[in-house]
Amino acid sequence: MRYIPNSPEERDEMLKVVGLSNASELFRSIPRDVQLGRSLKVTDPLAESEVIKELEGMAAKNTGASKPSFLGGGVYSHFSPTIVDHLIQRSEFFTSYTPYQPEISQGTLQYIFEFQTLVCQLTGMEVANASMYDGSTAMAEAYLMARRVTRRDKIVVAKSVHQEYRDVARTYGQHGDSEIVEVDFDAKTGLLADLSALDEKTAALVVQSPNFFGCVEDLQTLADAAHKAGALLVVVVTEAISFGLLKPPGHCGADIVVGEGQSWGVPMSFGGPHVGLFATQEKYVRQMPGRLAGVAYDKNGNRGFVLTLSTREQHIRREKATSNICTNQGLIALAATIYMETMGKQGLREVAAQNAHKAAYAKKRISGIEGYSIAFDAPTFNEFVVRGPRAAVEVLEKVRTENGIIGGLALSKYYAGRDNEFLVCVTETNTREQIDALAAALAG
Amino acid sequence: MSIKKVTSHPTQNEGLIFERSQTGRVGYRLPKLDVDEIPFDDLLPANLRRDDDLDGVPEVSEIDVVRHFTRISTWNYSIDLGMYPLGSCTMKYNSRLNEKVARIPGFAGLHPLAPEEESQGALELIYKLQEDLCEITGLPGISLQPAAGAQGEMTGVMLIRAFLDARDGDASKDRRIMLIPESAHGTNPASAALAGFTVKAIRATADGLTDMEHLRELCDAGGVAGVMFTNPNTVGIFEKNIKEICDTIHAAGGLVYMDGANMNALVGIARPGDMGVDVIHLNLHKTFSTPHGGGGPGCGPCLCSDELKPFLPTPRIEKEGDRYFLNYDIPTSIGRVKAFYGNFGMMVRALSYIYTHGNDGLKEATEAAVLNARYISHLLSDTFDKPYAGDCMHEAIFSHKNQAKKGVVTLDIAKRLIDYGFHPMTVYFPLVVEGAMLIEPTESVGRSDLDAFIEAMKDIDAEAQSDPELVINAPHSTRIGRLDEATAARKPVLRWKPDMETFSKSA
Repeated sequence: MRYIPNSPEERDEMLKVVGLSNASELFRSIPRDVQLGRSLKVTDPLAESEVIKELEGMAAKNTGASKPSFLGGGVYSHFSPTIVDHLIQRSEFFTSYTPYQPEISQGTLQYIFEFQTLVCQLTGMEVANASMYDGSTAMAEAYLMARRVTRRDKIVVAKSVHQEYRDVARTYGQHGDSEIVEVDFDAKTGLLADLSALDEKTAALVVQSPNFFGCVEDLQTLADAAHKAGALLVVVVTEAISFGLLKPPGHCGADIVVGEGQSWGVPMSFGGPHVGLFATQEKYVRQMPGRLAGVAYDKNGNRGFVLTLSTREQHIRREKATSNICTNQGLIALAATIYMETMGKQGLREVAAQNAHKAAYAKKRISGIEGYSIAFDAPTFNEFVVRGPRAAVEVLEKVRTENGIIGGLALSKYYAGRDNEFLVCVTETNTREQIDALAAALAG
Repeated sequence: MSIKKVTSHPTQNEGLIFERSQTGRVGYRLPKLDVDEIPFDDLLPANLRRDDDLDGVPEVSEIDVVRHFTRISTWNYSIDLGMYPLGSCTMKYNSRLNEKVARIPGFAGLHPLAPEEESQGALELIYKLQEDLCEITGLPGISLQPAAGAQGEMTGVMLIRAFLDARDGDASKDRRIMLIPESAHGTNPASAALAGFTVKAIRATADGLTDMEHLRELCDAGGVAGVMFTNPNTVGIFEKNIKEICDTIHAAGGLVYMDGANMNALVGIARPGDMGVDVIHLNLHKTFSTPHGGGGPGCGPCLCSDELKPFLPTPRIEKEGDRYFLNYDIPTSIGRVKAFYGNFGMMVRALSYIYTHGNDGLKEATEAAVLNARYISHLLSDTFDKPYAGDCMHEAIFSHKNQAKKGVVTLDIAKRLIDYGFHPMTVYFPLVVEGAMLIEPTESVGRSDLDAFIEAMKDIDAEAQSDPELVINAPHSTRIGRLDEATAARKPVLRWKPDMETFSKSA
């Protein structure tokens, strides 16, 4: 096996040193009746070239990866500068462990600190952690944290929050004493309007913005309503590019901001690995889940970084920890950090503006087609819902098979009864030609 | 600038990117906008738009970013640089082939909501990895959805909870105790709590094994939902009474959860499913060498018996004829634990690892890993206190007992190892051994490096006996010394601000 540095002869010598005559004796503490005693039924070893061929063969069947696509819904196609993937492949980053020995992990600790800072700057919040698994689990953790902070158990969540996020949060909360109330969006605007479920038992109002339909919520109004009821406002953001244009939740009264950072230079990779964002106000820092890097000094006054406030975490607090999370998404947080820094202030603004302009163009084109309209009239960022003349599944199937375009996502996947509607996402990677081709295909 | 010592070189003093920022620098170029620009006021009302000019976000050129990250990267130790013997963490070689295949555009560029007909290769890959992991563990049910080990644990204990609720109905509420050894990973009790269980600790014997008598007592007291244990356990010893443990728990009406963090000691040799285990998680980032990446991403598949299968997360990836599909219709499921289907990119790497090793190679890796650990255990046992006499599996455990007499404790030994060019071992875990040093070389270390490590450990012991201050003040060779973690936690500074102190307080 080419990854094992010891030759068979060296291994024989080592066995002698430890007083054994063959490798099977290494396992004499395992009772015979639970030993396998046969070869595993997996493939014979493959050569490097054979592995590549085999996996390239599978990848080739993923025809969806090479077609013009208008899919969004929590995962977005954005261009990632070449240096992002190059730098994360440095051995020192991708073959290191969680930075428990700060003297020889300053590279990792420093980028975590930069990641935390950038997440704070973009969300407008005061503190952010080193990452969560993804947006959905970050939201589930926000439910748990809001309940700890307020000592209340009811969560009011908008149905315009990503269905899969709501599913995950439900799974996490199913064995506590929580009550989750899902509230409808306004049929005309697509925005959360009915706040009558907020009451003195409510721990948090949870809203996504831009929401699943792409509509930008009026967060300040929602924050005021939540606070009036003594609840926290939790804002979910699945499209991190929107921070370059939209007013950050932290400037609108949000208490916890969670989100998905995949848009920051991370491949879609069939849904993962991505990176969960978690930010809050400083007064709640000791209730936060996940790792935090902070500044520390050595005895000579040199600045460094360490993992800190770890008494919140499972390896110290065990069943009383703020979360069970241990491994997070370190390397993906690095990719996001490199993306944000490379794009910088100007780039993050420009890419957000391009997304908004292109989506606005597409919206105009599609709504001009006979039988097609925009389902909600609230302002949108880079996604919007189209209402067509017949079942969206059929419309999209026709566009896919006849025109080779993945035209969007049929809403019926998540919203029963909305058969004629589909979600269209337009990013800077979609050209005007692609948008025109989609419009022509829908019209045809 | 006069250069006095290595640590004053610019490459050693790279500041935060925010300190490098200069107004007007750019590191990107986008294609020219190919649609009409619309006035912002027509796009979005002003009250919904950002008005802070992205304050503080850096402005840097591309080469600034490259130098910044290249410089700070050199402050990290890594597997590619040398032995990284963190016990329980399994820092084995992360092959470049695995990185390459995960980046094939057909995988990396695939949207998770692409139509199933257009994602057949990705579903096939997940399905094939599922089959191989089922064979390796001897358990028939699987979900690859959990994002990391702790989430695999949470999924596993929730399967147990769902099974008990279905089997016992209302009476299930009287069965909420999860037995967990004192030596367990902290994630075990934290995950059990999420499934609504209360934790009771099981004692260990002087041999480092589960105390069977105590286990029986706890079972007799009633209310036991199950046990969560690690095998080989966290002191690196195989629980030889494994079948009896499973039988005892089953007889008490509970289920057996095995933490698969140490599965790399068993692959190709023994299977949890054959031992009576009901549910297990694996860490693809340990046993199957997907990179740890400075703290993730992981992938924590959850595997289970036929009995528990109906409760696995949705969706499940299944096959009908030649077609792979996502099955969302599982009414008994515990629900979803993560958006989409898990950390797919890690699955590609893990399958590449399995294909590269094949049946023989997987077993060979296990043997080599256990041999390396045994070699260390054997050759250091005269110098360091070995708390348990039994054969170690893939990791060797010692305590600082022999050095503590001179005032040198585990942390000091760990820091001194840095000066010898090694990453320290896992320290102070498990909690049951005072001053624990848990050493896991993995199969990725050759004999000459093992010998150098053993020599370094013996030298450190000699230093501890003759010149303890040298060890206590280590490391001496790094850019920065030991950091004041207590002050860092008391007055946390968790983000950069413009008025923050720069690199050095004094000097």
